[in-house]
Amino acid sequence: MDQNQQIAKAKYKALFRNRMLTIIIVSFTPMILISSIILYQFYTSYHEKVYAHLGTIVKKHKRNIDSFLNEKLGNIRFIARTFSFEELSDESFLQDRLVTLQQEFNHVFVDIGVINEQGTQVSYAGPFKLGKALYSEADWFQKAMESEYVISDVFFGLRGLPHFIIAVRENHNGRDWILRSTIDFVAFNNLVENIRIGETGFAFILNREGKFQTKTLLDILPEKIPCMDFIKNGRKISKEGICITEGVDDSGEKYIYVGAFLKGGDWLLMFRQRSSDAFSDFRSAVSVTLAIILLGGLGIISMAFILTKMTVKRISQVEQKKRMMNEQIIETGKLASVGELAAGIAHEINNPVAIMVEEAGWIEDLLEEEEFKEGENLGEFKRALNQIRAQGHRCKEITHKLLSFARKTDSRVKDLNINNVIDELVTLSEQRAKYSKVIMETSLQDNLPNIKASETELQQVFLNLINNAIDAMEKEGGTISIKSRLDGKDVVIDLADNGPGIPQANLLRIFDPFFTTKPVGKGTGLGLSICYGIIKKMGGEISVESNVGTGTTFHVYMPLPGDEEDQD
Amino acid sequence: MAIANVLLVDDEVGFVETITRRLTKRDLDIVAAYNGEEALEQLKKHSSIEIVILDVKMPGMDGIETLGAIKKDHPLVEVIMLTGHATVESAIEGMKMGAYDYLMKPCDMDILMSKVKEAAAKTRKHEEKIIEARMKEISTRRAY
Repeated sequence: MDQNQQIAKAKYKALFRNRMLTIIIVSFTPMILISSIILYQFYTSYHEKVYAHLGTIVKKHKRNIDSFLNEKLGNIRFIARTFSFEELSDESFLQDRLVTLQQEFNHVFVDIGVINEQGTQVSYAGPFKLGKALYSEADWFQKAMESEYVISDVFFGLRGLPHFIIAVRENHNGRDWILRSTIDFVAFNNLVENIRIGETGFAFILNREGKFQTKTLLDILPEKIPCMDFIKNGRKISKEGICITEGVDDSGEKYIYVGAFLKGGDWLLMFRQRSSDAFSDFRSAVSVTLAIILLGGLGIISMAFILTKMTVKRISQVEQKKRMMNEQIIETGKLASVGELAAGIAHEINNPVAIMVEEAGWIEDLLEEEEFKEGENLGEFKRALNQIRAQGHRCKEITHKLLSFARKTDSRVKDLNINNVIDELVTLSEQRAKYSKVIMETSLQDNLPNIKASETELQQVFLNLINNAIDAMEKEGGTISIKSRLDGKDVVIDLADNGPGIPQANLLRIFDPFFTTKPVGKGTGLGLSICYGIIKKMGGEISVESNVGTGTTFHVYMPLPGDEEDQD
Repeated sequence: MAIANVLLVDDEVGFVETITRRLTKRDLDIVAAYNGEEALEQLKKHSSIEIVILDVKMPGMDGIETLGAIKKDHPLVEVIMLTGHATVESAIEGMKMGAYDYLMKPCDMDILMSKVKEAAAKTRKHEEKIIEARMKEISTRRAY
């Protein structure tokens, strides 16, 4: 039995595990799949959105810076074309132009100078004392002599401060001259410095050599910036001239780089922002999603646990009931075959017993004859013969009772004297009771009216109650007292024992099917529920009262025939 | 003269022998048969048989069938059924079919004797009435 229980336990454990896993897998798979797809779509579109946003900002600023430079170039070109070389060679005239420009453009122009084709400064207006400086070796001068104008890279030059130059070449009497102006670095730098997005997004400008043309906020080295690729290879440039790429710095931090060429491709406007900063909203959305998934997952797991537990419990209960029912069926079948066997044996024994009794009777007849009348042992013979006859009749009683009980259940209702039924059952049970040290007493009211019931069913009810009482008192012994009485329109049978009693909690359930307190295999828990069913079917009532330590009393109320008809 | 002529029918040989001895001792004339067919033969052979003691449960032709046959051919013969407990219903059935009474095995000899005597008295009364009727008929004819 223990092994069977262990096997059943292992079976339910495996069932529980499989059910739970199935529920979890079935619930989680679509959830994870859908969440991943949504998250991936969201990630892609958010990326595109961020890139588009950054691209737009860079494009706007690229236009701003380009137009700033073009405007300044236009201003210088306007002065060079409007005024002659002689006029501009006059330093006081040049000073006036500078003042005008500064008034007009908020001191963007720092100074202005006229240089002849040899590279010598002819005149100069501005805060520095540059005088007749020689620029023939300067990079910007050489470029200006080759093309019509030049906007130089940022350099330190003679004055030792970062600046850049806009120079325009003009021709006067077949000789080239150059009008040059220095642009205020601070004013230019502000254009780029104002581009700030998020916590880490800022912009800077690099030239073709990868040198900074603006101040950077952080100590970053141009070599570390992937935008060098743009300059060298011109890669990844979109239709609008905007290029977006991502790179990782030494510390492993991921950055987004957005670049656009300025000044006809000489300079590169770079915007850099930390990836985590740019995608912070996305990240918080992911966190919220993950939290929801986690909570949902926990919910699914706990629901799976509870549901599976309930299902497995239900299954085990149903199987238990099934098992008990099977046991009951087997038991009933066994009882029926034992009953048939007993009936057969009883009948077969009856004949030899009859012959024995008759033979004894024959000896008795012979003893009546004269020749035996004087025998000294005549008295002993007669006593022995009487004993044989008495025991023969006892055998007959036993076989008759066995036969009447073993007869197939007959649910035909007939007039019954309840006292006879009880007497018969008490005789049948007395032997068993004696072995369990249980005494059976009856106190039956005389002249009870007959009731209408099936004899075999009624026998089943009282035999069950008697057997239960004997079982309960098996250890300690005790007394079963059966009373019959008339109570109003009912015949009442009180079957009381002085056994250990039934606890209050069990008392409410004892008529429930499959409720048993007997050890596994001993009771099916069906006996009392069948009794209840039988009594109810006959229109009667069965009730129980019990006190732990004092005993239990069952009351069976059977209606008198008139009553039953009333009910019908 | 014997108290009554009795045919005892039972498949248990030992039972038949013992009862035969006991009843013979009580001044009954006993003819034995061990099954239904034999019983009918004996009845044909011995027209003096007044009472049949018939076991209900027998192999072949059982007590009820035998009773039917007896009552058909020998309506004046009284039948006492003898039965074990399991066949009380058949005994009652037998009573309905015209058996005189039934007794349960093993039965008390005094009771059996009294039943036999009652049955014999009844048979004789019947026979007497028949004889009386015939006598009347004859005397009436003579008067004419």
